[in-house]
Amino acid sequence: MSDTDTQFALALDQVEFHWGGRDAFGLGVSGFRIRRGERVLLLGESGSGKSTLLSLICGINAPARGSIRVDGTEMVTMRPAARDRFRAETIGIVFQQFNLLPYASAVDNILLPLRFAPERRGRVGDAQNAALILTDALGLARDKMASSTADRLSVGQQQRVAVARALIGAPSLIVADEPTSALDAGSQANFLDLLFAQCSAAGSTLLMVSHDERLAARFDRSVRMEDIATLTREGAA
Amino acid sequence: MILLRLALRSLIARRLTVGLTIFAVALSVALFLGVEKVRTGAKASFGDTISETDLIVGARSGAVQLLLYSVFRIGNATNNVTWESYQDIAARPEVDWIVPISLGDSHRQFRVMGTTTEYFERYKYRGGRSLEFAEGRAFDVLFDAVIGADVAASLGYAVGDPLVVAHGLASFANHDNQPFRVAGILAKTGTPVDRTVVVSLEAIEAIHVDWQGGAQIPGQVTSPDEIRQMDLTPGAITAAMIGVKSRLQIFALQRSINQYPEEPLLAVLPGVALQELWGIVGIAETALIGVSVMVVATALLGMAAMIFSGLNERRREMAILRAVGARPLTIMGLLMLEAVLMALIAVLLGIALLYTGLWVLRPYVDTAFGLYLPIEPLSSREGIVVIGVILAAALTSLFPALRAYRLSLSDGMTVRR
Repeated sequence: MSDTDTQFALALDQVEFHWGGRDAFGLGVSGFRIRRGERVLLLGESGSGKSTLLSLICGINAPARGSIRVDGTEMVTMRPAARDRFRAETIGIVFQQFNLLPYASAVDNILLPLRFAPERRGRVGDAQNAALILTDALGLARDKMASSTADRLSVGQQQRVAVARALIGAPSLIVADEPTSALDAGSQANFLDLLFAQCSAAGSTLLMVSHDERLAARFDRSVRMEDIATLTREGAA
Repeated sequence: MILLRLALRSLIARRLTVGLTIFAVALSVALFLGVEKVRTGAKASFGDTISETDLIVGARSGAVQLLLYSVFRIGNATNNVTWESYQDIAARPEVDWIVPISLGDSHRQFRVMGTTTEYFERYKYRGGRSLEFAEGRAFDVLFDAVIGADVAASLGYAVGDPLVVAHGLASFANHDNQPFRVAGILAKTGTPVDRTVVVSLEAIEAIHVDWQGGAQIPGQVTSPDEIRQMDLTPGAITAAMIGVKSRLQIFALQRSINQYPEEPLLAVLPGVALQELWGIVGIAETALIGVSVMVVATALLGMAAMIFSGLNERRREMAILRAVGARPLTIMGLLMLEAVLMALIAVLLGIALLYTGLWVLRPYVDTAFGLYLPIEPLSSREGIVVIGVILAAALTSLFPALRAYRLSLSDGMTVRR
């Protein structure tokens, strides 16, 4: 592992990925890097391959060729189970909406990744307490966190619980996929403030995906999907 | 532990469908265990019908037939045992006691059995229990009768009531001239004795004084007083119960009776004959078990179908679990855990249903069918059945779980609603 590797939270090189099946679809990323602590906005319309790129970064899928390193660790050569474990340990994920298991309490939702990430669990110490400290910081009322199930929370509250889940145990990379699109404009700004503050507090790098260019100003850097990735659609051409 | 808690929470969140599924499995388990209880209860009741009698002797036929008519009062003897043969056997040194039985007449739907008062001491059931009188006492005058508990209950007889014996088993010819009097009523035993009218051996002779070859001799009427003066030693009996002095002599005595030169006789060991008879009844037993197994299987398939139908709505859940680092195998395990939890709850509920049912129905079953169902903990066999149901649930859930495995592999984190 060279010095240049360790300064990047995420590094993709010469990545090629193909979906099988009839509408064969390919995604290529020649090079994409995010430095540690950086906040990067990835702009892309739906159908631009965002979801596929995220599934590669998170290690759900493995590319046919190339290298994906998170925190300097190569994920491509890992076995699927090891990639799942690695994801649990090093990456926190926030979706657009429906982030939570609806029948579980907010606290149980927040603690869920720790079940699959023993090292992250070890860093946390008193997990219940850590979860509540996070929800406090995110402006969530404590009494609702343990008692009521997640489906009783408002969408805005659910998104903040999702942030707490992504951040617990301070994973090095946070991947957020359109986390604000279900929120109104006022809540969006507020949500981003909280997200940034907590990422800084945890020392986590943030990669956020959105189609909303107006958000770009708030990030260290914004990247367009079409600038880093090439899509191939066989048969459709 | 968080996975177990999540599985439980997920089940609670779907309580209606989950509850119905659990209830179906619980009912099937209760049915299965109920059948087991009835089966073992019936087998035990059956085996308890006669005890401490070493040999039963009758005319040569089959062991099962002899047992059926002499103990269960089912069917008829093809032939009788002459009084001389009976006395020969009674005189043998191995014989400790011998009780003659004479069958062939009836009162209403109940069989009449002629015997000696020794019968009330020698007949034992359910591991050595003796007959007891609920009311009255054994017969001592000629036309006294002792009736079983079911006879008294269904005909409403009390001690002192008159009773007319009919000739044969389904006959309009009554022994009107010799009315009996109820001298005693036996306590309930759960054996065929409950459905028997017991009279003395001499009484059987007495009511047949005016009969010959199965028909009444026309015009001949002997008064009861005249009959009382007659010699009423029977010419033949139907069967006899024997106790030997030493159990070691049973087989020797049996062999010598079976080879009795004067008359073709058959001696059987009640236990062996009961076993043989149960072997025949056992076919129904197997069928019953088969049906209950099918019911359990149906309920478990219903559970698998319920898990299957829920999978599509739960793809979101699986995506979340995948995102936080769960392996597809973990998701598969989570689904199986849910199934096992459901089965566990169902089994516990089923056992509760079983014992409630037993507790409620036991008095009824005892009086209606003479079937005593003991309320005791699950036998090891039933325990194995219960564990088997849980294992079968895990196995059945393997199919929806495999589907979930494949779904979570193909969906990844791409979340569908």
